[in-house]
Order: sequence, then structure tokens, then C-alpha cells
Amino acid sequence: MTESLLKTPLHALHLELGARMVPFAGYDMPVQYPLGVLKEHQHTRAQAGLFDVSHMGQILLTGDSTATALESLVPVDIVGLPVGMQRYALFTNEQGGILDDLMVANLGDCLYLVVNAACKEADLAHLKARIGARCHVESMFEQRALLALQGPAAVSVLARLAPQVAEMTFMNVTRVSLLGHDCIVSRSGYTGEDGFEISVPVEGAESLARAMLAEPEVQAIGLGARDSLRLEAGLCLYGHDMDTQTTPVEASLVWAMSKARRAEGARAGGFPGAEAIFAQQQNGVSRKRVGLLVQERVPVREGAELVDGNGAVIGRVTSGGFGPTLGAPVAMGYVDIAYAALETELFAMVRNKPVAVKVAKMPFVPQRYYRG
Amino acid sequence: MVMRFTEEHEWLRLEADGTITVGITDYAQDALGDLVFVQLPELRAYAQGEEVAVLESVKAASNIAMPIDGEILEINEALSDAPEQVNQDPLNAGWFFRMRPADPEALGTLLTEDSYAQLIKA
Repeated sequence: MTESLLKTPLHALHLELGARMVPFAGYDMPVQYPLGVLKEHQHTRAQAGLFDVSHMGQILLTGDSTATALESLVPVDIVGLPVGMQRYALFTNEQGGILDDLMVANLGDCLYLVVNAACKEADLAHLKARIGARCHVESMFEQRALLALQGPAAVSVLARLAPQVAEMTFMNVTRVSLLGHDCIVSRSGYTGEDGFEISVPVEGAESLARAMLAEPEVQAIGLGARDSLRLEAGLCLYGHDMDTQTTPVEASLVWAMSKARRAEGARAGGFPGAEAIFAQQQNGVSRKRVGLLVQERVPVREGAELVDGNGAVIGRVTSGGFGPTLGAPVAMGYVDIAYAALETELFAMVRNKPVAVKVAKMPFVPQRYYRG
Repeated sequence: MVMRFTEEHEWLRLEADGTITVGITDYAQDALGDLVFVQLPELRAYAQGEEVAVLESVKAASNIAMPIDGEILEINEALSDAPEQVNQDPLNAGWFFRMRPADPEALGTLLTEDSYAQLIKA
């Protein structure tokens, strides 16, 4: 009955650190350490947090036409992505729905992709089926672990192992040797803070994690704080804030569609669902993802209905919880377009009682990416 | 000092005036994680098993049921601004409410400290 859970290369370390483990995307993952979610969240924003995100999927594309091939699957400029840079991207389906969100990095001799854990097998199959004839699609699911070091002290910590990372700016990516392991390091993350994501061969993952945890600024951080950090940063969680039933336009992710690939762009369209997405941009959408600031102390969680002043249901919360840095509950959700303007006052139904919420700008907490 | 416990991890302490103070155990607060919101009951009579409080941790919401029939006399107002008191001091500053039991004998039917200790060990 209970399906056996997969383990990341850091599983034993999590147990040693006293983590509380939960099933997540088929993996046995740390939701929190003895420090607890609130303090882990605050520690990440104040100093540096180390996250095990090895459950996520890492994929390499090699060959002569990787960029044009990948452009047939994402509304993003990959051909124009410089060596040493990465970009946020979306796999779309024929209806314009979102199959997954991902990071794409140009390492010069290959494209390096990081996809969501729950979608990684489907993404790999999608890539092989759709562009497998045009480039080589290689899964690194078993070969590489992924660590995220996030927070204002991340750069000084990582620079002790490799001084050159201090020169990187937001969305830079490069190969770096860390403790003798061939790593791929990007200056990015999903917390709204400055920081790095580090792809390391499985055999080097534990020693690298231990080396970073030995630094005084670094605490191990679980999935609980990862979720509250990304929520405050206004970032979408796939399967909750977007899925195959939502388009980039509805999900307020038009910013992720590169100019070159939009209707008026140099390489317009050519990705699945382009016509549907362009039509929505032209004609408007009936609903949209918005940020919600909760006007009371009670947390408003995923699934809560959003109603107008007359009690008519006009939307639904897709992510919500307490924002420790904000010191208040925050949420995001989809609302009918008539209610999507900033400052619109709505109510979220929590245990059959209306809780006042206001449509608000995201991120809820200012992003602190290092842009040089 | 008489203390009794429920399988839902509430503690009940008999006060000198015959009223009972109710909260959750250290085991429960640790399992719930950091609390960010506590909704406490109205000052009225509730039947055993009725929902009287809601605890929201960073992770999820959970309900607290009335441990025995009785009337709520007082609630810990401090928790609305400082829900973290439940995590920091569950047996004292983190109390939820004070009640008068409908049947003073009902307290004796609940778990003793030893039985509760065995329950959470199992």
C-alpha cells in the first residue's frame, strides 16, 4: 500500500540533523529541522540557508541545434541566451497550458535544464519525444544532486570554497570545482534572496553539504520554509499556482515570455499553444493570478474560495500561509478579471467565515537578487 | 495538583476553585510546529467533542475539541497576539481556556500522566 519513497543523496544527513521527514513528489524529504519553520525562514533572510533540492530533475541537451530545438517547446528566447546565463522558462501544451516551469542555462557546450521533481519523468519523455531527434537529451536524475544556498551571506560562504563565485551576478551560471567536485553553479534560487544553486555529482553531495553547514552563517532549511520563502517572493509553485489548465497569461507569467517569441517578435510563436496564448494577450483573459494580502491574522490557505462583497464566488486561493518576514498571512490565487486590480477588496472563506483580503502587488517582500 | 490528559493531546489541570484549565501538551506543540494563529472559543457551554479552538501552524490548521462537557469561563486573550506562547510554554503561558465541568467527576475518566506518557511513547 505504501509506495516506497525515493531518497536523495543527503537523506542520511537529514536524519542525522534531526529533520522531520515527509513524502514530497515521491521523495522522503525534510520539511523542517529542529530549528523550526519560522526560524529557518528568518535565518535564510538574515544569513544563509542550505536546501536539499536534489529531488528536482537535471537534464542536459547536447548537439548542434539544442537552442532551436528547445525553442520549439518554450515561449522563451533560448537562441539568444548568452553562454554563462540562465533563464526562467515554461513548457506549454497545445492549448497554451503550462506543463512545467524550469530553468534553462547555456553552458556553452550544452543546455542545462532544472525541472520540477513531480514533473521530471514527464518532462524527460516530452523532450525525448518532441526534440530527441534534433539533439541528445540526457537525464542526470541519478548522477547529480542539487543544493541551494540562499540568503545575504550565501556569497561570502560559497566564495570561501571558490572565490570566483563572488564575481557572478543574478542568473549567471558556470562550471566551478568545489572541494574537487565538478559542479554547475548558478546565482539564482527560489527564495527572493541572493544565493546560488549548486549541481554536484552524487558522490560529492554530502561532503559539500557538510562543508557549507560547518560555516557559522549556514543552517539547514527544510521544505516548510522553502515554501513560505517562495510565497513571500511571489513565486509560483507548479501544480498549485499554475498547471495544464492555466496559461502564462492567466498565471501572470507573461514577463517570462521573451520579446523575440511574442506575437510581434523576431521569432514569434513556434511553441505549443502559441496561437491560444497570443489570442489571450490580444483579447484578454477571464481570470488572472494575483497576490492577496490578508487583513486579519488568520492564515488563508490553498483551496479557500474568494468571494466579493455580496458573497458571490469570484476566485480561489492556490497558495497561502503565514509570511514570517511580513509578519502576516499572505496568499495568491486566481480571480475573475473584474476583480484583479490592485487594492480590490475581497473575502476569502475560511471555515465558512469571510476573511478580508486585498489584491496586492507581488513580491510581498522585496527581492534582493545581486545584479552587480 | 491534579492533571489529566486526552488522546488528542490536551492537558486539563484542576484548579483550587474547582474550575479546569485546558491547553495542549509539549508533545502536541512540537508535532504541530510553530503556531501563527489561535482561534479560541466563545464564553458558553460546549459538549464534549465539540470544536472549541483552531490552531494554525505554519504548515496546517488543526482543531481542538472540548475534552469534557462544560462551560467556558475565560480564554487566554494573549494568544491572539502571541500564538508562539503555545510553543514556548505549552503548560503555563500557552493555556487556551478555563472551564467549569458539567460533571466534576468527568475529569477522573481521562488519561493519567503515566497513561498519557505511554500513549505518546507507543
